[in-house]
Amino acid sequence: MQKFEYVSPTTKEQAVALLGENWGDVEVLAGGTDLLSLMKDYITTPRRVVNLKGIAALSGVRYSASGLRLGALATFDDVLSNTAVRRNYPAIWAAVEGVTSPQIRAMGTVGGDLCQRPRCWYYRAGYGLLAKDETGHALVPDGDNRYHAILGHNSGAYFVNPSSLAPALIALAAKIGVYGPKGARQVDAAEFFRAPGGDGEREYQLSPNEIVTEVLVPAPGGMKNATYEVRQREALDWPLASASVALKLTGRNVGAARIALGHVAPVPWRAGAAESALVGKAVTEQTAAAAAEAALADAKPLSRNAYKVQLARVAVKRAILAAAG
Amino acid sequence: MKRLLDVLREDCRLTGTKEGCGEGECGACSVIVDGEVVNSCLIPVCQVEGSSVTTVEGLALNDQLSPLQRAFLEYGAAQCGICTPGMLMSAHALLLRRPHPIRNQILEAIAGNLCRCTGYTKILDAIAAVSSGNINKPDQSE
Repeated sequence: MQKFEYVSPTTKEQAVALLGENWGDVEVLAGGTDLLSLMKDYITTPRRVVNLKGIAALSGVRYSASGLRLGALATFDDVLSNTAVRRNYPAIWAAVEGVTSPQIRAMGTVGGDLCQRPRCWYYRAGYGLLAKDETGHALVPDGDNRYHAILGHNSGAYFVNPSSLAPALIALAAKIGVYGPKGARQVDAAEFFRAPGGDGEREYQLSPNEIVTEVLVPAPGGMKNATYEVRQREALDWPLASASVALKLTGRNVGAARIALGHVAPVPWRAGAAESALVGKAVTEQTAAAAAEAALADAKPLSRNAYKVQLARVAVKRAILAAAG
Repeated sequence: MKRLLDVLREDCRLTGTKEGCGEGECGACSVIVDGEVVNSCLIPVCQVEGSSVTTVEGLALNDQLSPLQRAFLEYGAAQCGICTPGMLMSAHALLLRRPHPIRNQILEAIAGNLCRCTGYTKILDAIAAVSSGNINKPDQSE
């Protein structure tokens, strides 16, 4: 690992003053579950690491009449052990429960889950976010792309967004609190992620000198919600596909729906067509399956991941049924 | 930079804690920091300043193995042994929090610990035996 300066501020103002102008110059440390591996493999070689764990104001999980606040430093354990989350936001609870390792749950944080880097093995092996060889040839389309994107890869980014929480936060219309030199701002969870154009960019809408401070989820207000993950094994692993659904029922029919998929695209994938397909209808096996079909209608699987299209359909259908149930 | 794991093994000479993957996936380096089981390979040592750290060496008391360690011995809950210290720490953390877990809770507690010999059954049996009090006292196991 390359040598670096380590600083441990106690306020967010101090923290952002220590950040850099360019990505990679300074890295932010919270739970460490992603950053240390990246540094050990020289995927990132910061000159300074800013430890956020000393900033008490960024921790905690709080539920009130106005909604839920997850501090950026709240651990997965903090979220799981909160009974209000379990009762009112099963989509969030289930997404966090899918992170199966007790060690990672004890260490991993909400902010870290949102800002973790892609798990694409080309990226982790040093070929960059867009996974190109020295001649500029993209490696993923004819390479081992079994876990890569089936949607939204026109831009040339083929990795999938690895966040467990993001689809649930998008379905629940959450906002992400950000702090930087110009003060605090909020970004819709649905707008927070982006497909980067190259290695000088990141997969989220932050400037290099901004940090995530909190996640704000509106009061459930009768939104029934659920997350369903399709995974290879129950123990520690990322899902192959996941879906989070929030439904407002008017009588038996769906009055409003928000549906987001995880692990299928470089960003958490909002499935507008599936939402439209569901609105005005009662939730049944058939309407849920039709919405799932609509969610994946534009899927463009790569050479080795056509199987993910069906897994993603299953995730959408079962998340809809679970939310309505 | 030294990770907590490096300091434990190289500076403190507490080599019970093992390095497996070095990426938080295998749990061989599990230790307990302030009551929580964590992967010591993912923690820069400066981040645990002022914290209380328990390693596998801390389970035995007055040269007597802990009930959990005795159960692992008695049930043959180790093959190559590399995962054993981490398994012990995860199981110890579980039993501190929940002295009488059901089998599924034991499974969940060791979900972050890989055994490449795939000897999970004996490990589960050993942990279950401690929870049910079904292990020999140290003087009987001689």
